[in-house]
Amino acid sequence: MIDSAHLPVLQVVVPLVCAPLIVLVRGSRAGWAIAVAASVFFLGASIAILMEVQRAGVISYAIGSWPAPWGIEYRIDAANAFMLVLLGFVAAVVAPYAWASVRVEVPRENHYLFYALYCLALAGLGGITVTGDAFNLFVFLEISSLASYVLIALDRDRRALLAAYQYLILGTIGATFIVIGVGLLYLMTGTLNLADIATRLGDVRQSRPVLAALAFLTVGISLKAALFPLHMWLPGAYAHAPSAVSALLAATATKVSVYVLLRFYFSVFGTTTVFTAMPMGDVLLALSIVAMIVASIAAFFQSDLKRLLAYSSVAQIGYITLGVSFASATGLTGGIVHLFNHGVTKGALFMLAGTIVFRLGSTRLDRMAGLARSMPITCAGIVVGGLGLIGVPGTAGFVSKWYLVLAAIEAGAWGIAFVVVASSMIAVAYVWRFVEVAYFRAPSDETSRLKEGPAALLVPAGILLAASVYFGLVPSLTLGAASGAAEALLAGPR
Amino acid sequence: MRNYLVLRVAAKIVVPFMLLFALYVQFHGDFGPGGGFQAGVILAAAFVFFALIFGLPTTRRLVPDRLVETGIAAGVLVYAGVGFIGLLLGGNYLDYFVLDRDPAHGQHRGIFWVEVGVCLTVSSVMLKIFYMFAGRRRREDDA
Repeated sequence: MIDSAHLPVLQVVVPLVCAPLIVLVRGSRAGWAIAVAASVFFLGASIAILMEVQRAGVISYAIGSWPAPWGIEYRIDAANAFMLVLLGFVAAVVAPYAWASVRVEVPRENHYLFYALYCLALAGLGGITVTGDAFNLFVFLEISSLASYVLIALDRDRRALLAAYQYLILGTIGATFIVIGVGLLYLMTGTLNLADIATRLGDVRQSRPVLAALAFLTVGISLKAALFPLHMWLPGAYAHAPSAVSALLAATATKVSVYVLLRFYFSVFGTTTVFTAMPMGDVLLALSIVAMIVASIAAFFQSDLKRLLAYSSVAQIGYITLGVSFASATGLTGGIVHLFNHGVTKGALFMLAGTIVFRLGSTRLDRMAGLARSMPITCAGIVVGGLGLIGVPGTAGFVSKWYLVLAAIEAGAWGIAFVVVASSMIAVAYVWRFVEVAYFRAPSDETSRLKEGPAALLVPAGILLAASVYFGLVPSLTLGAASGAAEALLAGPR
Repeated sequence: MRNYLVLRVAAKIVVPFMLLFALYVQFHGDFGPGGGFQAGVILAAAFVFFALIFGLPTTRRLVPDRLVETGIAAGVLVYAGVGFIGLLLGGNYLDYFVLDRDPAHGQHRGIFWVEVGVCLTVSSVMLKIFYMFAGRRRREDDA
């Protein structure tokens, strides 16, 4: 009846429709079931699309049967197909996890709203990823952002409200910059279709409004991606959000923004404008290095596990943009594979932190003394995830950092290769802070009475963690997809 | 305001016309300025006006919160549902051409139902926002 040619749009519309359905049904159990079904569908559709793209090349879908430059086009190549799989995988694991986690972290009367917004956020992120239309991209960006502001604010802790408000202000500034950039591009080309903009830019490629558009888009998207020094909203938002939301956003939201940056840089403006005419490569490089060092050090000084992980996320985004700044096949492959690997690892870590919240009611490090004795599986999981953040061989983090070091050496920048290794050393220090507290301190009365987390939380977290180790040991799958994505991006305007 | 006879009588006369005007803006959107968004706001404004004169509790009895929330969700579903009907009739998502044998008439039919969905959601959201603001102050006054 509805065949697989419509998967690109169903990918977005199914979670979008599930949101109002959940509001109509209103039950928390039914809402959860619908959200899980939507997430699992999303994963299945994304895998089918990735296989189709690898088999037959770029997929183009005309919404409303209006052909491409006039109507909205969904356009999927190797790069966004890979992003979709990351989104689907994380969503399909976090949704089942949410049931137990949301019960303790979100007031009961808001449960159905939580699941509705979860679906909306997923639809928004999916829409940003599949669309080939600049304004449609902005609309989906707003859908996902508005949903995530509310998701963050749903936590019982009242500080979540302040964090969400901060994110709302900065996120809106970012979105405004993006829409100004898109407006300037529209002004110069008279079209909103990304591929069409790229071909029509032609002679005006280096004119002032186009370069201004590049600047506005860079700043706006960097705000959304929490690229240092525009990351101020991120630690609070991730630390105070319900754990399921922290896991979903940390693993996908900033990554999708980085994808948008890649799309604009490589497929719209083209490498010559971005990296030769404008010094974006050097700017990204400098900011990435500062992010890797400063945010890692900041992570070390945190007194709360979720906040520590959040600062570590800022540092890891530095690694991703570092790969982008080289504008080489190896660098981009490293950046994109790190996008995936870090998404999976950080998602698992936030889910395990949520398991601690479930039992302990807090993620303050000073309350976790001797926690490893009462919650051995959770703590061991956090250590394995931490090894992934450091980039120990055998974890997914190693694969991506290896590629980043290779790219640096390829570009003749030995100093940068050294910085990558040095910042990994700082990662050892901040991961050790948890190990020291949980394993080497005597358990307090509070922690010794705790039980291990429930399987409903540990199993989903374990799946993501196992994936992060699996993709470290058998990197061919993710590396293949990432290098395909890098190739598609470097091929320039599609 | 319940004791002001003139206001009450005037409101009773004006509110039906506001509702009618909302319907006019909704259905005349094809030919002139208007459409679901504007009509939705006017529709909600009629209820807000009613609430200002006759009080929030009366309005809440007339249009309960539950109904407002259902309206928000149902409007989105109507809009998205039009897209799905396009899929079922063999077109792409949100394809209006296939909604009728004559493609131009199909476009008409598609946009009609989409605007119905927009009106439903916009008016419900407006009313929800009004309920939330109005309700909040009241509760703090009691305390």
